[in-house]
Amino acid sequence: MSILLIAEHDNSNLKVFTLNAITAASKIDKETHVLVAGNKCDSVAKEVAAIPLVKKVIYCDSPNYENFLAENLTPLIIKVSESYTHIIASANTFGKNFMPRVSALLDSSQISDVIKINNSEEFLRPIYAGNAFATVKSSDKKKCITIRPTSFEPAPKSGGSASIEKIEPADIKNVSKFIKREETKSERPELGTARIVISGGRGMQSGENFKLINSIADKLNAAVGASRAAVDAGYIGNDHQVGQTGKVVVPDLYIAVGISGAIQHLAGMKESKVIVAINKDGEAPIFSIADYGLEADLFEALPQFLEELNKLNTIQK
Amino acid sequence: MKILVAVKRVIDYNVQIRVKEDGSGVNKDNVKMSTNPPDDNAIEEAVRLKESGKAKEIIAVTIGEEKAQETVRKALAVGADRGIHVKSDNYIEPLGIAKVLKKIVEKEKPDLVFLGKQAIDDDCNQTGQMLAAMLDWPQGTFASKIEHKDKVIEVTREVDEGLETIQINLPAIITCDLRLNEPRFASLPNIMKAKKKPIEQLNAKDLGVDITNRIQQIKVEEPPKRKSGIKVANVAELISKLKNEAKVI
Ligand SMILES: Cc1cc2nc3c(=O)[nH]c(=O)nc-3n(C[C@H](O)[C@H](O)[C@H](O)COP(=O)(O)OP(=O)(O)OC[C@H]3O[C@@H](n4cnc5c(N)ncnc54)[C@H](O)[C@@H]3O)c2cc1C
Ligand SMILES: Nc1ncnc2c1ncn2[C@@H]1O[C@H](COP(=O)(O)O)[C@@H](O)[C@H]1O
Repeated sequence: MSILLIAEHDNSNLKVFTLNAITAASKIDKETHVLVAGNKCDSVAKEVAAIPLVKKVIYCDSPNYENFLAENLTPLIIKVSESYTHIIASANTFGKNFMPRVSALLDSSQISDVIKINNSEEFLRPIYAGNAFATVKSSDKKKCITIRPTSFEPAPKSGGSASIEKIEPADIKNVSKFIKREETKSERPELGTARIVISGGRGMQSGENFKLINSIADKLNAAVGASRAAVDAGYIGNDHQVGQTGKVVVPDLYIAVGISGAIQHLAGMKESKVIVAINKDGEAPIFSIADYGLEADLFEALPQFLEELNKLNTIQK
Repeated sequence: MKILVAVKRVIDYNVQIRVKEDGSGVNKDNVKMSTNPPDDNAIEEAVRLKESGKAKEIIAVTIGEEKAQETVRKALAVGADRGIHVKSDNYIEPLGIAKVLKKIVEKEKPDLVFLGKQAIDDDCNQTGQMLAAMLDWPQGTFASKIEHKDKVIEVTREVDEGLETIQINLPAIITCDLRLNEPRFASLPNIMKAKKKPIEQLNAKDLGVDITNRIQQIKVEEPPKRKSGIKVANVAELISKLKNEAKVI
């Protein structure tokens, strides 16, 4: 057995979720190799080589991989996959985009969004927006798997010295072209990895009102999340959406403000260690999973919350 | 342009599902079923392309048991021209579904295939990408906006970092996000008209593709329950609990 894991990066730095996937991969087998494909990204290859759980880095440098287009990346992964039993990536928009292509070409049935590894063939995954957990066993010779990052600890980043093998790019067909990426830059921690997340829903009433959330997020060094309704209404960007069709977060503290608690939202946050709900409707379903529920008007509660936090005067890191 | 749209029948998104006690799956008896939500967006987008004169024909296809036909019928009521129902009484994995869809594509030769980005029952998020690979076509996944320009299509994709725009050549696969559009409701006259539109019936077993499942579902169980929490009286109490009891701030 040996594992091929596809690294996610931006051509300069490794993305953290790859570390969680590496932890998951090494639970299947210690022989974990990582493919770093990108454009002028030798710094990433070196970064990966230093991860102790990684036994080998396969590095492919080509402008074809600069934007990770699935049509370009897939033939390379297929080429490299030959000597591996498991192909693994993160279950985020990076991995979800190309892995099914790889899986289809290998005539293998992909296992999406794995949250626990029982052994090399048997996995646990959520279905129905996390309202059921399925234990599944794959009979495919080569298994294609995406890993839900928040279900595994990130692998330690330093101390290793894996070899780096440079390989030639695969042929591409030039049927897709990258145009642009619109990223929202923020000083705040990333939603997926933040220790504290504070999310706003339709109850916020406007994008402008999200400043109430933002100032608390700044105080707590928290990431800002949102319900789909808040994103749909244009209060905030899609990259903040938490839920079945958004991001999954498992922070130590999740604060849901003006969010009713639809199952599709809960799917993205109900594993959080401590959940707080602030909602003026005492019957809102979000209260049924909240550790601490505050039935109040958010426009009164949030300013008070900030004030109390200021009084505490603790420095959050 | 000819468009194929794949629609799946799933348990309605409002239903609180129940896991069967014997661990064999979830209860589907007497449960409300509907079209998988993003598949409604897929149909809607196709209909808009037809209304703008860019598409000539829309074919809605579903794979599933006898009743899955209702899903095709609904697609016909909002504007698809004809339907295909590939009958299968057993659950087929996305890999098998993609193989069946490939057969249909080879026969119908559409320029575009729309699918939902994810089925809300199995939450796999695979079928569109798999079909694209099998056909060796480009893909625009998680689409929240598309712009058709002659031989290419520009797709705005919802990605973790925000939005990404790519341009792909036709023929192509698009998987739709819920934000792609606002699906319309079928009007009563259109529902009546849809009853006369043709639905071709095929049998999955007769298509000559290998649809055997590779993944065995060993057990389905309820996720661990959270222990119930408390209501606090005011913000001061909330802060004090978070600091002294939960110790998270
Ligand atoms: C296929 C599918 C996928 C979906 N995926 C997601 C997903 O990934 N993430 C997601 O979040 N949703 C998702 N949804 C949508 C989901 O079903 C709900 O519609 C959505 O989560 C509702 O958002 P909300 O709670 O902000 O809005 P609402 O349900 O409208 O709730 C607003 C809440 O704010 C409260 N409120 C209003 N004013 C105040 C005030 N002044 N003070 C305090 N409280 C106030 C109200 O009491 C209410 O409880 C999905 C739906 C479908 C069909
Ligand atoms: N049985 C099916 N019949 C028709 N379309 C399907 C079927 N299963 C999946 N699809 C399509 O594939 C999309 C993604 O499904 P999945 O890969 O299962 O998450 C759905 O939104 C549908 O458009």
